[in-house]
Amino acid sequence: MAFFKLLRKSPIIARIGLVMILLNIAAAILAPVIAPYSETEVVGDVWMPMSSEHLLGTDHIGRDMFTRLLYGARNTIATAFVITMFSFAVGISCGFFAATLGGWSDLILSRLVDILMAIPVLIFALVALAIVGNSIPKLVVVIALLDSTRVYRLSRAVAMDIEVVEYVEAARLRGEGTWWLMRHEILPNAMPPLVAEFGLRFCFVFLFIAALSFLGLGIQPPTADWGGMVRENSGAITFGIFTPLWPAGAIAFLTVGVNFIVDWFLNVASGLQD
Amino acid sequence: MDSVFGLVVKRIGMGILTLFAISIIFFMGVEALPGDLAEEILGQNALPETVAAFRKELKLDLPPHERYFSWLGDLMKGDLGKSLANGRPVVDLVGWRFANTMFLAISAAVIAVPVAILLGIIAALYRNSLFDRAISIATLSTISFPEFFVAYILIALLSVQLIIFPSISNINDQMSFWQKIYAIVLPCLTLTLVVVAHMMRQTRAAIINILASPFIEMARLKGIHRTRVIVMHAFLNALSPVINVIALNLAYLVVGVVIVEVVFVYPGLGQLMVDSVSKRDIPVVQACGLIFAAVYIGLNLTADVLSIISNPRLRNPR
Repeated sequence: MAFFKLLRKSPIIARIGLVMILLNIAAAILAPVIAPYSETEVVGDVWMPMSSEHLLGTDHIGRDMFTRLLYGARNTIATAFVITMFSFAVGISCGFFAATLGGWSDLILSRLVDILMAIPVLIFALVALAIVGNSIPKLVVVIALLDSTRVYRLSRAVAMDIEVVEYVEAARLRGEGTWWLMRHEILPNAMPPLVAEFGLRFCFVFLFIAALSFLGLGIQPPTADWGGMVRENSGAITFGIFTPLWPAGAIAFLTVGVNFIVDWFLNVASGLQD
Repeated sequence: MDSVFGLVVKRIGMGILTLFAISIIFFMGVEALPGDLAEEILGQNALPETVAAFRKELKLDLPPHERYFSWLGDLMKGDLGKSLANGRPVVDLVGWRFANTMFLAISAAVIAVPVAILLGIIAALYRNSLFDRAISIATLSTISFPEFFVAYILIALLSVQLIIFPSISNINDQMSFWQKIYAIVLPCLTLTLVVVAHMMRQTRAAIINILASPFIEMARLKGIHRTRVIVMHAFLNALSPVINVIALNLAYLVVGVVIVEVVFVYPGLGQLMVDSVSKRDIPVVQACGLIFAAVYIGLNLTADVLSIISNPRLRNPR
């Protein structure tokens, strides 16, 4: 309910952002229903122009672009979502542990995270992928672990604040274990900042997957994936065929939507009313 | 002044330590594999002799700490090992490409920094004006775009529709300076657009932050002219955050350059690294990763040192 109240006061930009995100989610969920063809079916000539049969034309081997775009939404968004969930599970549990236990475990985890955060995720991910090789499970683990460092930072800081409050102290004196404290006292109180962070991290992971796939190191063909689709069709652009702009634009569309909302959230949270 | 010097030395020490730790992670990461790298790369069906030879080639037959220190010793002598793909010394592969990458990144920075700061200051001064709002939406969108989207739009417009610039930026040593500049216009423009968007937003935020502080209000209340307030009072205090913004965004260029190089088939370090990852040419990837890490950490270090020097409050820690 509070959410709808907030929404009513939201600026037009945030509402546009929300509609953009909902459109994407709808496309991802309903892909098999809406899509006129199947994901990897070759249905026409190479790089056919837009027509009533092929709404966005066809791709570099004659698959329907509109269908691929819908399935791409499904695959890319789902992968990014799984990675973000995994990253939050790891980041939050490590962060809470570090905050409640303190001492050596906190010191070692925090220094490790400092080192991992000292250079761009992309560089670390490239080195890691070169070493472990490429498959979707490996990709998920590598990116989730690298991304969880950011979640760790936030959840540790939040848990540090909650940890010193009286009710946690009371629970501890009652003799509750660390795990119980984390689940029943700290987690519910740390939810609001973590939920806001989830949006940001999702957006980042999503762009990151798209970038890796674009580099040919992410989700592999023939699975439809927006970044990979840009890569596959990139040759078309020099012939004046704008097919690769569709998936690239789709990526931009979703991230612009998320950023519009995040920007508004940050404004509300910071209390800047100017 | 003593404490400033101490702070700077401490910060530089931290930077070097971090780089050292990263080099350990890069080179020990191979250890984390179940089995070992030789088996992993050659596959299940490889002959035992081939695996053994490959293991020797990678020095996998030595214990990890010995391998790391022998690698570190070679590094000090300027030897980065050999590429697995073609057996050439990594230094030969990396050297000229690194120069190309720096050429591209520096050209982008030279355009981006003044433009971003000017736009940021104007947006902060005329906050909530039409200009500010328009530029805010424009930069927010640009930030959300993946670099390759910006790049392909530029190609579609400037190289396909209006045939002005080449869509493939191949440069070599035979070209004159201006020919090189002409070849890299589009990748440079792509990087500039993305970096300007980030830099401008952060500059705007930093300036607004300063303008909201009590001493500026005091200066205004004293009746000092607006321009004088900005030049004499706000500017010096804004210097430290703005320097920070610049250095952080130049560090961001390090990542942006990888994708942009791939789009424009530019012979730089990023392109080499991506190619080597798909070939699993570990020594080359490690070398490229380490160079990128060193540049990134170096820029962050510079940002911190400059902001320590330019911020009077940091000179007297409690």
